Amino acid sequence: MIDKPYSPRSSKLHEWVTTADHKKLGVMYIVCGIIYLIVAGCEALMIRWQLAVPENDVLSAETYNAFFTMHGTTMIFLVGMPILLGAANYFIPLMIGARDMAFPRLNAFGFWLFFFGGLLLYFSFLGGQGLSGEEGAPDVGWFAYAPLTSTTFSPGSSTDYWIISLFVAGMGSIMTAINLVTTILTMRCKGMTLMKMPIFAWMMLVDAILILIALPTLTAIQIMLLLDRQFGAHFFDAQAGADPLIWQHLFWFFGHPEVYILILPGFAFVSEVTPVFSRKVLFGYPLMVIATISIGFIALGVWAHHMFATGLSPTVLAYFSGATFLIGVPTGMKIFNWIATLWGGQIRFATPMLFAVGFIAMFTIGGLTGIMLAVVPMDWQLSDTYFVVGHFHFVLFGGLLFAIFSGFFYWFPKVTGKMLNETLGKWQFWFLFAGFLLTFGPMHFSGFEGMPRRIYTYMPNRGLEFYNMLSSIGAVVQIFGFGLFVVNVLHSLRKGKPAGDDPWDAWTLEWSTTSPPPPWNFATIPSIASRRPLWDTKHPDDPDWKYE
Amino acid sequence: MTSQPNSIAVPKMLPHGHVGMMSVITTEIFFFATLIVVYLAYLGKSISGPTPEELLSIGLASINTVALLASSVTIILALKALRASNQKKFLTWLLVTVALGAWFLVGTAIEWTGLVGDAHFTLQTNLFGSTFYTLVGFHAFHVTFGVCALSFIWFCGFMGWVQKKHHQNIEYVSWYWHFVDTVWIAVFLVVYVIGR
Repeated sequence: MIDKPYSPRSSKLHEWVTTADHKKLGVMYIVCGIIYLIVAGCEALMIRWQLAVPENDVLSAETYNAFFTMHGTTMIFLVGMPILLGAANYFIPLMIGARDMAFPRLNAFGFWLFFFGGLLLYFSFLGGQGLSGEEGAPDVGWFAYAPLTSTTFSPGSSTDYWIISLFVAGMGSIMTAINLVTTILTMRCKGMTLMKMPIFAWMMLVDAILILIALPTLTAIQIMLLLDRQFGAHFFDAQAGADPLIWQHLFWFFGHPEVYILILPGFAFVSEVTPVFSRKVLFGYPLMVIATISIGFIALGVWAHHMFATGLSPTVLAYFSGATFLIGVPTGMKIFNWIATLWGGQIRFATPMLFAVGFIAMFTIGGLTGIMLAVVPMDWQLSDTYFVVGHFHFVLFGGLLFAIFSGFFYWFPKVTGKMLNETLGKWQFWFLFAGFLLTFGPMHFSGFEGMPRRIYTYMPNRGLEFYNMLSSIGAVVQIFGFGLFVVNVLHSLRKGKPAGDDPWDAWTLEWSTTSPPPPWNFATIPSIASRRPLWDTKHPDDPDWKYE
Repeated sequence: MTSQPNSIAVPKMLPHGHVGMMSVITTEIFFFATLIVVYLAYLGKSISGPTPEELLSIGLASINTVALLASSVTIILALKALRASNQKKFLTWLLVTVALGAWFLVGTAIEWTGLVGDAHFTLQTNLFGSTFYTLVGFHAFHVTFGVCALSFIWFCGFMGWVQKKHHQNIEYVSWYWHFVDTVWIAVFLVVYVIGR
């Protein structure tokens, strides 16, 4: 037995605040992410309440703007990012057979930057107009297009809160990305060559590299915007000769890779869950790796497909349209690989698998509407309509969030030592699945009918009432899904069935240690011979390394 | 162990600092790339003067460039001396490096004093002012950070705390210094050669 590390105080709070342990930091990331998920979900509910009927007045136009801005910004930067960084933090060292990340204190620093960045963003509700009683949260949309962010159109300090909080949180993400790249490239256990890494580690590696490339661009343009607003610079000031489209180009040079930064971890969760619950190896591992790297590269060259309606030249349009079609190829490869993994397997429909299969189906739909939007004339018709809103919610809710729940149900037993309740989990899935389809399916149709996004109300008798009412009913159905999730987690933490080390009969290294893992992860550093080291241990007569 | 083959490949892996510093430099490259792209995109777009031709002198900037380039050589010499356990030579070359970095900063300060004091040219003057001070300023900020780091190492060396076994860590700092130097070459070309 190794003794617990010396700690001068026994306070639990002190222990969590001062920790540099990758597992504790991972848990804190994910808990924060879930709290913000609930907050941003409530903002979405207010949006759906306002839009349920035409000419509603639950929210004023200004409050509505603040709510959709905060909803988008929160979901991307304070829900998606921390949950994926938290999962990477927790599981990368466990999966590659290491005792911690490469730079544990940098890791803690990155987390606290994210933590205070998030608090700063939400403090804007109080501080944005200087406690004058008016709503003060940012209201410029999550991509904050110039020149609407100039002091002329956006007085007060709400936009400054948006800039500074995301700047702080973004620095945290960059530091964690540095840590992840270093950990994956330098701390793998004996036997784990790059092509024997769990696919999770590959996807997180490409993800972290994308963060390193994309986020500094956001940081740079946010600094420029801050200089414009606070120090009288002219970066996005058309009257001084500047081109506000520069903001769009550079924002989307960050923003589009950001979409892949968010979805790659989703791919990673599903790629771990699907094989375990199909009782088969992941189909086409090398192809998965190649597809992930290709997605990383192409993701850096498709940004202007967010800008088809801004009057770009035909050559530029043709290139970005083509590149967007191209990124569908590696993404499609992955979908076929997951289906081939399911094919002929002994599928167990436990909750993680339900969410994984839900992910594959819904993400495919979201991907296909993305291909539709890559067709330039189609985009001209649909740009900035609810069709786009439906499209990216299929990708990020039906895609990413389902993948997150899949991973959550899969790894919760490892992190806490307790199983989540399967019955509640299945009810949660069906409520969320029905609520999700009901909310975001009709948005495609209201988009076709011409409903623009980001309007706080609409006129009656334009063919929009029915679709909007359906969407709002769907939002209510989702409340039950999320409610069951919270109940399930709280209940299982106290009274869940003990999980044991390996409840799913899985194959990667995190399942070889105890649940929850000890601070040192492994008593002896493992050494592996194949991509499924636990299979080899369980089946010494027929190990994988003979075939790989 | 029956479940393991006879030989298990030990993956060849780099030290932490190696990959860590390279990641830092990667992310910094994209930060400066954004600033440079914006500088180039706005070149000649200012509606009002003054223009780069009227204000910037290539003479002063060239002297600065020589100083910074030379400091990249002296830091290599310092590292070489450290690896040869020649403490005195190490400290001397490191001090020269710090001095050259400080010279660069003083040169920048002289240039900026002239621009702000005599020409009344600031961040607010026009688009050129905004892009110029941001790009050159962020580079100078990175040089300042480097000079502080190198001074700290020199202080530790002076106290006898830096030995041959630390050469790897000092090398990572030197990578940062070379990076800052390389960025300056790009900035110099963009601002003082192409942009003038």
